[in-house]
Amino acid sequence: MIKVAYRDKKWEVPGQIAVRDLIIKVGLSPEAVLAVRKGQLVLDSEVLGDDDEIKLIAVISGG
Amino acid sequence: MVRWSAGGDMKCRKCNKPAVINLRQHKMALCAAHFLDWIPDQTQRFIKKYQMFTPHDKILVAVSGGKDSLSVWDILLRLGYQADALTIQLGIDEGLNYSVESHRCIEKHIRDFHPQAVLHTIDVKEIYGASIPEVALRSTRGRDKPCSVCGLVKRHEMNRIAHELGYQVLVTGHNLDDEAAVLWGNTLNWQMQYLARQAPVLPADQPGLARKVKPLFRFYEREMAAYALLRGIDYIYDECPFAAGATSLQYKELLNQLEANSPGAKMQFYVRFLQAKEKGLFNLADEEAQTLNECERCGQPTSAQGLCAFCRLWNNDPLPEIIPLEVIEER
Ligand code: SF4
Ligand SMILES: [Zn+2]
Ligand SMILES: [Zn+2]
Repeated sequence: MIKVAYRDKKWEVPGQIAVRDLIIKVGLSPEAVLAVRKGQLVLDSEVLGDDDEIKLIAVISGG
Repeated sequence: MVRWSAGGDMKCRKCNKPAVINLRQHKMALCAAHFLDWIPDQTQRFIKKYQMFTPHDKILVAVSGGKDSLSVWDILLRLGYQADALTIQLGIDEGLNYSVESHRCIEKHIRDFHPQAVLHTIDVKEIYGASIPEVALRSTRGRDKPCSVCGLVKRHEMNRIAHELGYQVLVTGHNLDDEAAVLWGNTLNWQMQYLARQAPVLPADQPGLARKVKPLFRFYEREMAAYALLRGIDYIYDECPFAAGATSLQYKELLNQLEANSPGAKMQFYVRFLQAKEKGLFNLADEEAQTLNECERCGQPTSAQGLCAFCRLWNNDPLPEIIPLEVIEER
């Protein structure tokens, strides 16, 4: 399972799945988040495997 | 487990190495190094194209500690402009220490990237005796949400400080998503006066006041978050506690739904609006434009007679009915 974290939420999603589809699957907009793995930005088209851990960063923030 | 090599199947347009970001609206993918160069290059292009400012101008950047304002400041300094910063301490805590955290991010940014940079800090409570949430509670406008009071105070103080310290240009970090959301709101209500005034460069309202410019107006919010991330800028990630439920956030979501299905939709919505304006679409509204008076107390331009909305705030009078939609814009 791919571990996905976003703010205080967490999901587990079966691989293999492209980042963009994963974002849509957990109910977020691909335009509104960036995917990060081990501190590195990951392309939307990258296909993730079951051992991946992904952090989704909201792009809308600040005051 | 089979996995695509890092960076997936896309290559950087400039160097052919694995890309880290795909800019669908530009049909272009870039590696980290080239993305970090592309952002200032594009910024410079639009600074020139829209005649925002020159290296001779003294620029004041309004910084909040968020990704956009820290990034625009960073970019202008990287480009060699004389860009100092102003931060306005709002006194927003709400159990999250929001204002304190914001300030910590700004100071860290200076230490990490620009130790020589100049930052002016003003504290609303210190100067006027009440924080933003406190003064909002006293006014009829801000009882449920301090945002319109907050926008009003920030606008007024930015103008005041720029004027007092002799800056010709006031820069804010608004990105394309911010501008498109304001445009969406103004269009839904056919706010002719706001449509006529919405632009990436606003001439000074009055001689002696600074011109207002938004050098990031062509970048998506997603691009600015990627810039901050790749550059290693530590910004305040959580929204202001009062931002929840703001209409501007709803508009951004709607626009992102359009964007997801047709890349570039957001950009076209805004850029074509600017093109239509250049051709005179909203010139009509000029005739209706209000004449501005000088506030009796602070001298800033106001549509009211006597005191401006800001000065009335501290006199404990009710705020006037018309608070510009720019309140959304100032968020
Ligand atoms: S959301 Fe923005 S405008 Fe509203 S109180 Fe917070 S900083 Fe001020
Ligand atoms: Zn490259
Ligand atoms: Zn005044």
